[in-house]
Amino acid sequence: MAEQTEISRAEPAAPPGRPVPGPAGTGDPARPDSAVIRDALGVGVAVGLSGFAFGVTSVGAGIGLLQTCALSLLVFTGASQFALVGALAAGGSPLTAAAGAFFLGTRNAFYGLRLSALLGHRPAVRPLAAHWIIDETAAVTLAQPDRRSARLGFTVTGLTLYLLWNLTTLAGALGAGALGDTGAWGLDAAGPAVFLALLAPMLKSSAERATAGLAVLLAMVTLPLLPTGVPVLLSALAAPAVLVARGRRDRTRGRAHDNGAGPKDPEENRT
Amino acid sequence: MNTWIAIGATAVGCYLAKYLGLLAPSGLLELPLVKRLATLLPVALLAALTAQQTFGDGSHLLLDAKAAGVAAAAVALVLRAPFLLVIAVAVAVTAGVRALGG
Repeated sequence: MAEQTEISRAEPAAPPGRPVPGPAGTGDPARPDSAVIRDALGVGVAVGLSGFAFGVTSVGAGIGLLQTCALSLLVFTGASQFALVGALAAGGSPLTAAAGAFFLGTRNAFYGLRLSALLGHRPAVRPLAAHWIIDETAAVTLAQPDRRSARLGFTVTGLTLYLLWNLTTLAGALGAGALGDTGAWGLDAAGPAVFLALLAPMLKSSAERATAGLAVLLAMVTLPLLPTGVPVLLSALAAPAVLVARGRRDRTRGRAHDNGAGPKDPEENRT
Repeated sequence: MNTWIAIGATAVGCYLAKYLGLLAPSGLLELPLVKRLATLLPVALLAALTAQQTFGDGSHLLLDAKAAGVAAAAVALVLRAPFLLVIAVAVAVTAGVRALGG
């Protein structure tokens, strides 16, 4: 359960292959509840099931059953959970591992920023609603045309996902024991495949591709040199680096055109 | 114990990120720099994590069956396969290559 943060778009980017709520925000002001619920359940079921992969991966990485379930119950944001488990399995220190998971989780803050006005929850409800703010609930909620549908979509997606994610985590964690050597089953490939599947739809423009390329380079070059977990954190610097490089390039180009009136960022209007 | 510390820190950190987003003034998102960093930061982290978990073995680089599995997943993604199928392909190809002694 985790994917992209396409904050700049009206509609969040589609998770790969997951049922994406239709282009709701357009036009029809009163969406039937049944349509909202169908969207929400579709996303919830498809993604909730990948909790199984998490359960298997986590236990396969040597994390206990109780700890695996605690992660799904308390962290409830898939990419962070996979990242934490991977970093711990590789022998990273607990705080470096947690830092990587946290940085991945910060994108949810940007969803919250967009959802708070749409949902308009009372302050007393917000601490509870916050736990369910993840990629999928944001995708469904932001696609709704009005507050009523938004709240319904958020609640149904959140509830479906939370239940399924935790149940399938438990099933995966229990199943991992029965599977024996998870490596022989190729289950250690599930983690990187999840990350790749989340990453792929984000690579829309050259800025994103440059960032991804630079991040891979930074991580691979520093992997043998720095303590486990640190290379991934360091690679986050690819994001500001690409922004700075492009800002500089665009300024130079603006001067070359002598009026500097051109668009500051060619990507900015491309959605 | 170390694992519990990591779990606790991650749970608290991730929850605070979610909650603070709900509380923050909505104008924050309008800042172009915030918006662009918010888009690029997960791209960088996911790319690095994919590479590290595919080729990393502790502090060594390693090319094994997993790389074949992840490459197959990439092909599945290009063919627009559904999320769960992409993961299944990665797992199956990795297991297959390993069974063949890769």
